[in-house]
Order: sequence, then structure tokens, then C-alpha cells
Amino acid sequence: MLEIIKQPWPWYVAGVLIGLTVPYLLLVGNKTFGISSSLRHVCAACIPGNIKFFKYDWKKEAWNLFFVGGITLGAFIGAQLLSDPNPMVLAESTKSYLATKGITDTAHLLPSEIFSWGQLFTLRGLIFFVIGGFTVGFGARWAGGCTSGHAIMGLSSLQWPSLVATVMFMIGGIIMSWLILPFLLTL
Amino acid sequence: MEHTFQHTPTAQEIADLKARELDALCVNESELKHPWWHNLKYSAWGILFGIVFVKAEIVSWFRIQEMFRFDSFHMYGVIGTAVVVGLISVQLIKRFNVKTVHGETVHIPEKTFNQGQIYGGLLFGLGWAVTGACPGPLFAQMGAGFSVIIVTFFSALLGTYVYGRFRESLPH
Repeated sequence: MLEIIKQPWPWYVAGVLIGLTVPYLLLVGNKTFGISSSLRHVCAACIPGNIKFFKYDWKKEAWNLFFVGGITLGAFIGAQLLSDPNPMVLAESTKSYLATKGITDTAHLLPSEIFSWGQLFTLRGLIFFVIGGFTVGFGARWAGGCTSGHAIMGLSSLQWPSLVATVMFMIGGIIMSWLILPFLLTL
Repeated sequence: MEHTFQHTPTAQEIADLKARELDALCVNESELKHPWWHNLKYSAWGILFGIVFVKAEIVSWFRIQEMFRFDSFHMYGVIGTAVVVGLISVQLIKRFNVKTVHGETVHIPEKTFNQGQIYGGLLFGLGWAVTGACPGPLFAQMGAGFSVIIVTFFSALLGTYVYGRFRESLPH
């Protein structure tokens, strides 16, 4: 049994479990699924300043922080106790493309050539950690949600603004992957 | 604005709810007051969620590259299945008026369209492909031991903060 769990999980298992988050949150506490709001609650709790957007009773949304705390712990369990000893199986076309850009370490979830402390104070680090992270946080809030709030919760409840947001997420990602990243990876 | 108050809310309660609802889909006003440890129900599901994230490699930068390069069905399968399961669940809850475990009527806030979904969505997509992570996977990558992602996480917090600071001057 443990041997099966340790193998990479197929998309349909993951999809069903992630989808079930929607009714779980609704039925357990009348909560709607969304993760990026946790970033806002952290701002509201720690540095509200005199900004209207952060002046609210964040404790009423504390469940969201407990949820992301659980995600962090769950990922720790998944990586430490249930990890698959074999390297990741990557699509051959992506693998060979990345190799032309010098990304050859595909054994782990993230490429060590980019996501390591040694890269932090380089141009690459500035782009992949600082600017990338900033864009994710800024964009998610401007769009009013991220993949969970829009693509999963929003589409599940048939909200067309969420479809607009999801399409824009995909367009942004495709532009980055095809047009900008080929250059950024050479930095 | 529709809300789930079951008493006549005070002006302050309304104002607080409105502030939380700004640019957020996941806000809910439950009448019920619970001790803090009730929140562990969400942590428990979060733990399962985090395990799924790692075991199905959804938090992998490589899987995100595969998705945007159309080289693999994996991520489309994950998101597509999740939407179908969520959709069926929401429809069943509405059709049969399923109540929460505490007997409340389920309330899903309506999302109104604004230009932020276009501009913000585009920015988010650009960042998603660079970092290989949306906000959920950021937490999971840190938990999985990629300590440098703490920098990405604080950058995302900074992005959220700067958005809040300049929100009024951005097109919506």
C-alpha cells in the first residue's frame, strides 16, 4: 500500500481530491475555496498601515491561514515521508527544450540551476524569485483571486468573471513560456 | 449586497464585510462563533491538499512548463477534473439545498466583473510561468523543503501589499 502511495499520483486522483475541497469547505464552514487571500490576511494582520484594503477583521478569515498552514505541513509530509525515490518523469520535448537552456537537473520538483540560495543575489534570482513572486501576489489580488479562487471555485460555481480571469492566467503563462522565458533562462 | 447575516447587521459589521469582500472571492460571513480549534478542520484538509500537491507534482516548476508548452496533459487533467468535481458538488448542494454541518444555508458570493480580472489575470499568468507556482504551491514548495522559496513568498506578500497600497489608482 505504502509503495503505491509513494509513486507519483495520477492526475485524476489529484483532480478529484482538489475538486472535493470545494464541497468540503462549503459544508464544513460555509467557506469558499481560495488561497491567495491568505497573503492579504497576512498583510492585514502584520502591516495594515492606514490602507483601507487591509483594514478589516482578519481574524474572521483566520480559517484561510489554518488551511495554508495545513498545506505547508502536508507538503512536508509528502516530500519527507512519502517521497518517490525515482527521479521525475518529464515530457521528452520539455526536457530537451530545457536542456538547450542549460536546465538539466530534472530529478526534483524544482530545477536546482534556478531555485537555490546560490542564485539569490544574481539577475536570475531577482527575476525568478523577487519579480516573479511579486507579480504572482500583485496579479492575484488585482484579478481578485488565483488558480484556486477563480479557476476552481469560480468555474465550479459558473461565474463568468472567473472564466475571464482563468483565460488571462493561461494567456499570461503562454506568453511567458514561449516568448519571454526563452530569453530569461539564458540570463 | 447579498450576505448571510441572519440578524440585522450593524453598520460596522456591514462595513467590515464589505472591506473583506474587495477583490476577493473567498469571503464568508458565518453567524456562528466557534473556538479557535475549529479551524483545525481546515488545517486537516490543508494537510491532505499539501500531500496531493507534492505527490501529483502539481507544485513542480517543470509540470507548469509542460502545461504552458502543451507538452503534457497532466496539469490540464488535474485542473479539469477538479472543476468537474467542484461543479457537480456545487450543483448538488444548490439543487438539494444541502446545509452546512452546522445547519446554515450554503452561500457562494457572486463575483462581479472588473478590468482587474484582465490586467491582473495577465500579470498573474506571467508570474505563474516564471515561478512555477501559484499561491497554493508556494506554501507547498516551502513545506517540501525548498527553503529559498521563502524569498518568492515574501515577494508575493510584497506584491499583495503594494497592490493594496495603490489599489485606488489602478483600473478596475
